[in-house]
Amino acid sequence: MNSRVFHIATNTFREAVRDRVLYNLIGFAVLMSAAAVLVGQISIQIERLVVINLGLTAVSLFGIVIAIFIGIGLVSKEIDKRTLYTVLSRPVRRWEFIAGKFFGLSGTLVVNTFFMAIGVFAALAYVSHNLLRSDIGVLVALYFIVLQFIIITALALLFSSFSTPIFSAIFAFWLFVIGSFAQDLRNFAAMTHGVTRWLATGAAYLVPNFSALNVITQVAHGEPVPHSLILFNTIYTLVYSIAVLSAAVLIFERRNLK
Amino acid sequence: MIRSRQVTAIAGTMLVCSIVSAALLTRAVDHLRPTAPLQEMLYITSPKLLKRLCLGYDGLLADIYWTRTVQYFGGTHSRGGGTYKLLWPLLNITTQLDPQLVPAYEFGETFLVAKPPQGAGDPQKAIELARSGIQNNPDNWRMYYDLAFVYYDQKDYRGAAEAFLRGSQLPHSHPFLRIMAAQMAQHGGELNTARMMWSATLQTGPDPLIRANAAAHLRAIQVDEDVTVLEQFIQKYRDKTGHLPAAFSDMVSAGLIKGIPLDPIGHPYSLEPGGRVVVSVPEDLPFLDKGVPSGYVPHAAPKLFPAG
Repeated sequence: MNSRVFHIATNTFREAVRDRVLYNLIGFAVLMSAAAVLVGQISIQIERLVVINLGLTAVSLFGIVIAIFIGIGLVSKEIDKRTLYTVLSRPVRRWEFIAGKFFGLSGTLVVNTFFMAIGVFAALAYVSHNLLRSDIGVLVALYFIVLQFIIITALALLFSSFSTPIFSAIFAFWLFVIGSFAQDLRNFAAMTHGVTRWLATGAAYLVPNFSALNVITQVAHGEPVPHSLILFNTIYTLVYSIAVLSAAVLIFERRNLK
Repeated sequence: MIRSRQVTAIAGTMLVCSIVSAALLTRAVDHLRPTAPLQEMLYITSPKLLKRLCLGYDGLLADIYWTRTVQYFGGTHSRGGGTYKLLWPLLNITTQLDPQLVPAYEFGETFLVAKPPQGAGDPQKAIELARSGIQNNPDNWRMYYDLAFVYYDQKDYRGAAEAFLRGSQLPHSHPFLRIMAAQMAQHGGELNTARMMWSATLQTGPDPLIRANAAAHLRAIQVDEDVTVLEQFIQKYRDKTGHLPAAFSDMVSAGLIKGIPLDPIGHPYSLEPGGRVVVSVPEDLPFLDKGVPSGYVPHAAPKLFPAG
């Protein structure tokens, strides 16, 4: 990463912290503590399951909300406050600005996820009195959640590069929803014929494959996640994010900022 | 500065007072409408639709539905007189959202098959749930054990023996499954078989409620045996004296029994006119076949003492 991208990333991280993004950790801590203490009293035999399912779902949803709502403002806010002109008047290329923003928000989400992961494992240790070998799967699920955040951050940044914050939020959220049905979309596409099949298949492969990045239920039951899935998901996230960021750079490079 | 503090104090006081008042009002409204229809609503009846709507977070939703099932069963049970009509749909949704949620199958089958007021009295749904449990967890011997139990409860000893046998063929299955398969095939309807079944559940049951249920059944079997033996002694007394004993003390005086017999809870048995032996506190002993006092109507919410 070049120094200009690094500086923009650091500033984006600082700005997110100043915007009290990490305050969500308090809500998360309360949620996990309540789950760990209460579930044993109101349900049967699912204390561990609830801590894992609730913990990982909360990490995922909190992060997605942060990624969308911070991501959509990354470019538009700089334009509204006219700080973008100050940045671009220096020897900073537009693609460096986009890349810096992306790494800054991704870093914020990684730090946020790290603290939430500590909360999940603490709650797990509390309800089980020890951690099991199969709990390593929870780390894999957390890693996949971070991969989700990376894709959503890239998407939010893409929409932020050409649209208003409200429309960017709607587009990013709908792509998250559609991406969660990616598997079904491919199955539907396989049922069609001729040109429709080509178009439907193309559209199904174009949306982000979030369904493959959700292994929460699987790891909650201690089922192992294949190494090949970890590798393929990592490469997929890398490739998809590069594609989305490239589109964002292409649009932003041509955008008239006057 | 002083003015600002005054505003803070007044606003803070108003905030606390308003929250407390709102909570009190909510309680008052709840008292006005004691049975809000919330409990009897399923909201979304299709498990497949629900699975799609939860965007992949089906594990958490299954946990929520499972907790709702437990609360629904517990609430209906403690209120008494309920029909448990939502028990099957809730269990169906829970297990379709998370097919590996083993406690839902185990608990569900036990209380779907139990006759009202202890359960829903729906053995067909219990068998359906058990088969779905086996289909989704084919390597878990407990699923076969639970299916065998449902068959056993329906006096389908052949089906029970077959389920035990299939379970016993799994790697890591409990050794008693093979014994139970043989026992069920040969002596399905005997009390000893029932005792073996419930003892096994008491020892291996994963949940306190399931173990308490097994303990209650074991106590009921004990009462069955006690009543049979005591009625034989009453017959002996009649043969000896030509009339029925008025109380157990007569039989003690006659040297037939050593003292006033006690039921498994520790209450003395009673003697009804006509020589019928009955338990004195039937509320404490659910699932009885014999020893139920004449005219006794089972309580809607039977007691399940902790096992052990």
